[in-house]
Amino acid sequence: MSVVETAGQVLRDGAFGHATALSCRECGHQVALGPFYACPECFGPLEISYDFPAVTREEIEAGPANIWRYKALLPVPSDIELSPNMEPGFTRLLKAHNLGRELGIDNLWVKDDSTNPTNSFKDRVVACALSAATELHAKVFACPSTGNLANAVAAAGARAGIKTMVFIPANLEKPKQVNSAIYTDSLVAVNGNYDDVNKLASEIAGEEEGWAFVNVNVRPYYAEGSKTLGYEIAEQLGWRLPDQVVIPVASGSQLTKVHKAFQELIKLGLVEDKKYKIYGAQATGCGPVATAFKAGVDAIRPVKPDTIAKSLAIGNPADGIYVLDICRETGGAVEEVTDDEIRDGIVLLARTEGIFTETAGGTTTAVLKKLVETGQLDTSLETVFINTGHGLKTLDAIADKVGAAATIDPSYDAFKASGLI
Amino acid sequence: MSVSVRIPTILRTYTGGASEVTAEGATLAEVLDNLEAQYTGIKDRILDSAGELRRFVNVYVGNEDVRFLESLATATPAGTQISVIPAVAGGC
Repeated sequence: MSVVETAGQVLRDGAFGHATALSCRECGHQVALGPFYACPECFGPLEISYDFPAVTREEIEAGPANIWRYKALLPVPSDIELSPNMEPGFTRLLKAHNLGRELGIDNLWVKDDSTNPTNSFKDRVVACALSAATELHAKVFACPSTGNLANAVAAAGARAGIKTMVFIPANLEKPKQVNSAIYTDSLVAVNGNYDDVNKLASEIAGEEEGWAFVNVNVRPYYAEGSKTLGYEIAEQLGWRLPDQVVIPVASGSQLTKVHKAFQELIKLGLVEDKKYKIYGAQATGCGPVATAFKAGVDAIRPVKPDTIAKSLAIGNPADGIYVLDICRETGGAVEEVTDDEIRDGIVLLARTEGIFTETAGGTTTAVLKKLVETGQLDTSLETVFINTGHGLKTLDAIADKVGAAATIDPSYDAFKASGLI
Repeated sequence: MSVSVRIPTILRTYTGGASEVTAEGATLAEVLDNLEAQYTGIKDRILDSAGELRRFVNVYVGNEDVRFLESLATATPAGTQISVIPAVAGGC
C-alpha cells in the first residue's frame, strides 16, 4: 500500500478519505492533516477541507444502516466498515403527531438519537474520532467529559481494542461514573469542575505523545461526525431539507455541522437548494449564546454554568459565534429555557411521543414550545427537532417530578376509591 | 515576581520547543510583554491587533480563566502558574 508522510506521521493512502487539509475557520490558514486542532497563526479552530467525488443518492442508499453510508463525505478511509466500531447512526426520524398537535405545529418530526449504541448522538462523533485515532496510530483514546461523551469513548475504545482514559469531575453522580467505568479500567476522577477537567485534558494533549483526545487534538475529525445528523434528516425526509430545525447548543458544534451538512448536500446536488431556518436551544443557567443573540452582539461572554442540563453546560462555547452567524443568517433564533421548563419539556415529550429524553432533549423540546408561544417559529412549516440523548442517563433531574399517581391497597374497591377512573 | 508560563504546542516554535518558561511581571499584560522580550513575536499570537486576547485563546492564572478575573490586568503574584490554551469544548 502506498503511504504519504504528513506532518511527521506516516499515514496510509486514503487514511482520511477525501479530506485534503485542515483549514482555519477564522483566517483560512491551512495545515497538513494530523492531530492538530488550533490554527498556529490565530488559534482559530481547524476544520476539514475536502475534495468530494461525485456521490449519488443510490450509492448512499446502498450503504449500511449506519453513518458509514455517508463515508465518502467524512474524514474516514473507504474501508472503515472493516474496523471494529459501534456502527452508530441512521437513527429513527419520527413524525411527532401528538406533540405537533399539542404545540400547534402542523408538520413536526423528531430525530431520535437516543437510540444510538450508548444512547446519545456522541456515538457518531466518537466513531469519526476513533477512525482518526487509529489512522494516526494513537496509543490512548481519551476525553474529558461529564457523561455522554465518556460513555461513548469508553465503549468505542473497548470495542476497538484501544486503551481508553476518561477524565471526569470527581463529584460526578455515581450512576454516571458507572455508565463509563463499566467499559474501562481507566476512569480518572479529577478534583474540579468540568472546565477544570477540560483544561487538564488540553494540557495532557500538549505533553503526551500518541494520545488522541477526541474533543481536543482530534476534534476536527470528531466534529465532522455531527454532519451525519443533517444527512440523515434530509435522506429520511425523502432527500429534501426541512424548513426549520431546532438543535441544542453546548459548544455549538452540532448546530454548525448540521448546517454544513445541508450546504454540502445542496452543493453535491443530492437535495434541492432551498431556504431553511436553524434555531439553537440553551438552558437559562448556561445560555451565553442565547444572551448574545438576544442582545444583538457578536461577542459571547463566558458564564459559570448553573443548570440541570449538564450535557449543555459549557460556559465558554467554542463554536458559539458560528451559531450566532448561522441562526441570524438563516432567520432562526437562539432561545433559552429555565430548569423547570426543561423538566416540563422532558415530561411533555414522554407523554406525547413515548420518548424519554435527557435534560438536553428537555431543553430542546421546551425551546420548541417557547419558540411557538413567542411567535418565532412558523407553525405552518415542516419542522425537525433533535433529541440527542436518553432520559435514563439523567433520572435524577426528573425523579421528583413524576411517580406513582396513587398508592393503594390491593383491592378493587381501593382502586375505585383512588379517583384514577 | 517570577511566574511560570505553560506554552501550547503551536507556540513552542517561539520557545525553542520548551513547554514551560519563566517570565516576569505583576500583571498578565506585563508577563506577556516580558515573554515578547524573550521570544520575539509570541505576543502577537496571543493578542489581536487591538491588543485584546484573541477570541480562541484561553489564558488561565492559577486554575481560573482570566476572562472571569481582570483579563489582561489580572494580578500575577510571584510563583503563579499561567497557562495558555487553545479554546476547545465538548458537548453538542
